[in-house]
Amino acid sequence: MARMKFLCDADRCIECNACVTACKNENEVPWGINRRRVVTINDGKPGERSVSMACMHCTDAPCQAVCPVNAFYTTADGVVLHSKDICIGCGYCFYACPFGAPQYPRVGNFGSRGKMDKCTYCAGGPEPDGSAAEYEKYGANRLAEGKLPLCAEMCSTKSLLAGDGEIIAQIYKERIMKRGYGSGAWGWKTAYRETITS
Amino acid sequence: MTAPVATFRIIIGALALLWVAVSSHPVAAQQPTAVDPTANSVNEQQLLQQFKRIQGRGSIPDTKSYTIEQPAGRDWRHFHEVTLRWIGAIAILGVLGLLVIFYLLRGMVRIESGRSGQTILRFNAAERFVHWMTATCFIILALSGLNITFGKPLLLPLMSPEAFTAWSEWAKYAHNYLSFPFTLGVILIFFTWIAGNIPNRVDVEWFRRGGGMIGHDHPPAYRFNGGQKLIYWIVVLGGSAIAVSGYLLMFPFYGTDIQTMQNAEMAHGVIAMLFIAAMLGHIYIGTIGMEGAFEAMGEGTVDINWAKEHHELWLEHDARARSNQLRTQPAATPGE
Repeated sequence: MARMKFLCDADRCIECNACVTACKNENEVPWGINRRRVVTINDGKPGERSVSMACMHCTDAPCQAVCPVNAFYTTADGVVLHSKDICIGCGYCFYACPFGAPQYPRVGNFGSRGKMDKCTYCAGGPEPDGSAAEYEKYGANRLAEGKLPLCAEMCSTKSLLAGDGEIIAQIYKERIMKRGYGSGAWGWKTAYRETITS
Repeated sequence: MTAPVATFRIIIGALALLWVAVSSHPVAAQQPTAVDPTANSVNEQQLLQQFKRIQGRGSIPDTKSYTIEQPAGRDWRHFHEVTLRWIGAIAILGVLGLLVIFYLLRGMVRIESGRSGQTILRFNAAERFVHWMTATCFIILALSGLNITFGKPLLLPLMSPEAFTAWSEWAKYAHNYLSFPFTLGVILIFFTWIAGNIPNRVDVEWFRRGGGMIGHDHPPAYRFNGGQKLIYWIVVLGGSAIAVSGYLLMFPFYGTDIQTMQNAEMAHGVIAMLFIAAMLGHIYIGTIGMEGAFEAMGEGTVDINWAKEHHELWLEHDARARSNQLRTQPAATPGE
């Protein structure tokens, strides 16, 4: 079974934010929620890099560990999903997440933040694959159709890679070899406890 | 006329092209063969060593999203899943165990001279209302709070995930909304009983004699003894700390960042566990631990003999105050 991962090659990201837009459109993400975002480090300074970040679908995911109602589950593909029927909107997953992935439809209002929403790796939720209920709550289930997350699929510079961890790591390694540099697989050490070195 | 001009244009154009080609060649040759654009680029591991989290600039209004990576979430997770559970289990089960042992050894502290049948007012209706409002809120807050820490391992296996979610969601709302009467109660408790709860020399003696817990000793006390003053300050200071940290959590990211939120949660959890443990002791001594104690907060009156044994100085003081009041009463109503 494949172990699905994301990899953002920061040396290629041009901060076009198309991944953000594609995600919002494909999954009909509500206002104020960003499952994916692009963050620029050292903006306007030498060595500036942009990284597209969403849920990294961690190994031994912290959100899953701290959830007081066990709303999370990890699929056989290594994708971390959650059930909005079980979520109580406590907000703990956001404190534990190293990547700020969990999002809430409302802020505060006496803690009634609503059901958590996050990147599903375009793999929907616990409802039957491709059902209307699944789409309404979690968005598209491209994985069930044999497709990869749209953010990575349509990345214009192929900076954002999605797919089996070993394959995308191999692609990244080859890139580093060929061009002679690489600022690293961002978040991999924190998410998967591994780094890619050529 | 047009042909020579066109020829001239072509010649000029060709010359310009040639010049560009010739002059640009040496510039290209000056470029280093191996370009390393990462020479001064940001490096993830370096940034993480330098700062606890990596932040940048984003293009959406949500400033929280500018934090790209905060491995501290993993530490918080360890605290929440391991450390806090140990603190809670040791504090709460520890106190419960001590109380059981104490009860088995000592039993209920009796009114040694028996009941006199005469009673004296200890807490008036307003005081009792403040106490019970705070106490009711506290119990619900404690149970709904413990559910967040211990519900998953202890309660969830006993029921369906949907039922556990329904209960947890109600518990969460109860926890949020009952915090308001609880906080009000803590403030009212502070003002209601501050006068009798300033520590003094009598308390030193009281604590030196172990509060009379061992044997049949009854160290003298005014209205509140050393132990009760301790409970008062635990409620006032602990209650304030738990309210402040709780409101930070209830209004997330209002002027706070991820680290403050994590710290607030940790403080809230630890204080809550210790608070619950302390209140178990308070509940014990106010109910099965001591004969005649519950009625002080139940009906508001206590037996004279109970007061004599446990709050000797208060009884004397109070009696004197009462007789003074009686003596001055005729003078206060000269019209009669």
